[in-house]
Amino acid sequence: MAKRSVWSDNRFWQRSAAWVTGFAAVLLIWLTFDTSAQISMGTDADLKNGVTKRVPGPTVINYKITYEMDTKRGHEIPVIGEKELFFGRDDYSEEEAGALLHLGKLGSQVKNCMDCHTLLGNGAYYAPDLTKAWLDPAWGPEGSLQAMTGKETKEEAMAEFLQHPSQYPTHERMMPNLGITAEEAKGLVSFLKHMSSIDTNGFPRNFGKIQGAVHGK
Amino acid sequence: MASKLNESQQLATWYFTFAAILFGAQLLFGLVAAIQYVMPGFLFEIIDFSIARIIHINALVVWMVFAMFGSVYWLLPDETGIETVGIKLGKLLYWVFVAAIVVVVLVYLLVQVGPADETTIWFITEGREYIEAPRWADIGIVVVALGFVANLFLTGIKGNRSGIVTVLMADMIAFAGLYLAGMFFTDNISVDQYWWWWVIHLWVEATWEVFVGAIAAYGLIKMVGAHRQVVEMWLWIEVAMLFGSGILGMGHHYFWIGTPEYWWEIGALFSALEPLPLVAMFVHVLYDWGKTQGGQDAKGESVSVINNKPAFTWFVFNAFGNFLGAGVWGFFHTLPQVNLYTHGTQFTSAHGHLAFFGAYATILIGMMYIAVQGKNGIKVMKNTTSSILAVSLIVGGVVGMTVALTIAGYVQVLVSRAQMGATWAGYFDGQAGMWFAQGMDWRLIMGVVTFIGFLFLAKDLLSIGKAAHHER
Repeated sequence: MAKRSVWSDNRFWQRSAAWVTGFAAVLLIWLTFDTSAQISMGTDADLKNGVTKRVPGPTVINYKITYEMDTKRGHEIPVIGEKELFFGRDDYSEEEAGALLHLGKLGSQVKNCMDCHTLLGNGAYYAPDLTKAWLDPAWGPEGSLQAMTGKETKEEAMAEFLQHPSQYPTHERMMPNLGITAEEAKGLVSFLKHMSSIDTNGFPRNFGKIQGAVHGK
Repeated sequence: MASKLNESQQLATWYFTFAAILFGAQLLFGLVAAIQYVMPGFLFEIIDFSIARIIHINALVVWMVFAMFGSVYWLLPDETGIETVGIKLGKLLYWVFVAAIVVVVLVYLLVQVGPADETTIWFITEGREYIEAPRWADIGIVVVALGFVANLFLTGIKGNRSGIVTVLMADMIAFAGLYLAGMFFTDNISVDQYWWWWVIHLWVEATWEVFVGAIAAYGLIKMVGAHRQVVEMWLWIEVAMLFGSGILGMGHHYFWIGTPEYWWEIGALFSALEPLPLVAMFVHVLYDWGKTQGGQDAKGESVSVINNKPAFTWFVFNAFGNFLGAGVWGFFHTLPQVNLYTHGTQFTSAHGHLAFFGAYATILIGMMYIAVQGKNGIKVMKNTTSSILAVSLIVGGVVGMTVALTIAGYVQVLVSRAQMGATWAGYFDGQAGMWFAQGMDWRLIMGVVTFIGFLFLAKDLLSIGKAAHHER
């Protein structure tokens, strides 16, 4: 065979493919170690000592959470504030809060939440994003959804709705009854409150900040 | 005159048959979900949107996996020159796989949801988009996939290991292994989604794309007689480009799930490179076709070099569709500055429809036609009216759905995201937009067009082999 250029040599390209793939894979694995450390769940001690974690511990349900503009980072971040009652208590232990979060996360999967809603923006687009649902003004003291359920607090209103969604005429596109029990509903609301405290790099933008910009409301 | 297929290719036809049935189920439940966007009361609390969608997307993934396994069983004897090793095991695993899928779908439909405990995760649903299959089925799928990979490896080692077979061996073991990343449960949703993407992204934006490169290479050699050495060199370049961009391109899923900011830069850079190999694949298919046809023309014979018109048509649509659906529609919203507003809107859905169709459905349908040709011992297979109607209606329907969803997504981005900041009220204000509502109407109409196209496709796959106008 005549002397050929390396550029038309299959062995050369095969080796290049192997090296490129190997290099990309090693880099991904290395980044995975770094990211895993950064997104591991915080503890109750972190919360008490004011240590900021990207994913706070389950006892974050004992605190008030807000979504504030951080001028240094240029976008909103969740801010964990003073103590706040959650189903009448603000002293959930790490075990109790962990059990609620576990129940809620399981609940979010066994009811296929992600096949209508988005969570952290991932899922289906048939229903509202739940990433910061806990902070939605509609569930707040002035909000239409809380008023609709006739409950005194946000968490009770959300739990009530989750148990009997198709009884409440929220929208033409309704949530079906999924057989969610009172305990599961409490777990799900803890899960939602916990999710709202995750640092999502400013997603979603302007959450709940602008109202009345559309349809003259 | 029907030719006697070897056992591996016979098994391939079984895989293709079940894949086509699931493709029909995918479209049917897609229609249910599309109707629900227009008429929310449709089948409410009977087959809710979530259930219709689970079946829509699970049937999608599974029919493609079936057709991929079928494609490998089809080409292995051609490439290696020997009968597939362990074909009896392969046939047994096929029935295990089919039975598991039927049970999983029936449970999705009839049981739907369960109490919030581990038994639901084990037996009803894991509730994680695309890989909802309960854990018992996960384990079954891993067993079936390992059996398949074993068949592929033993055959590749024993027979003639071509470049195409080598790529498939490396690719399929990664494909099967990655599924393991999606099988565990964690309370931490950021960790959950981090690993969930290892399955979803590294399948559809890495290993599946490499698979398509290998199948396109096989098809070019098989259908237009392209030069193997050139085709395989291109294939290695594509592997380098696909894995080089696709593996770290995963960063574009890590912008907003709790993961650190450095994924913005990594995701933006590498996912912006992801369309490049798709351009390469596009050029490659058309170039090789033109080159071999040109060689033929130079001999002064005006004969087409294509020996399977319907299959080659689908392969060419694959070259276009992969570039447009995965490349262009993906690039639209891959930069973090844009994705902040488009993430989780109908924009994603538009991209998903055109990408899955363009990159995978097209080429796998092409492989089905290659199998029909081989099964019926046809030398040059020509189009029938149904072949042309099928490809026109399906391609037209999917492109129509994509355009409709893109417009709907545009409204959602402007109203729900940019103006209203993604609240409950903002979400429904976006959904009420006139362009959004019309987009959903058009998506349903185009979905019906796609489904009619599927009926012609099914009819054609069943009957084209008997048509009299082919060269035998």
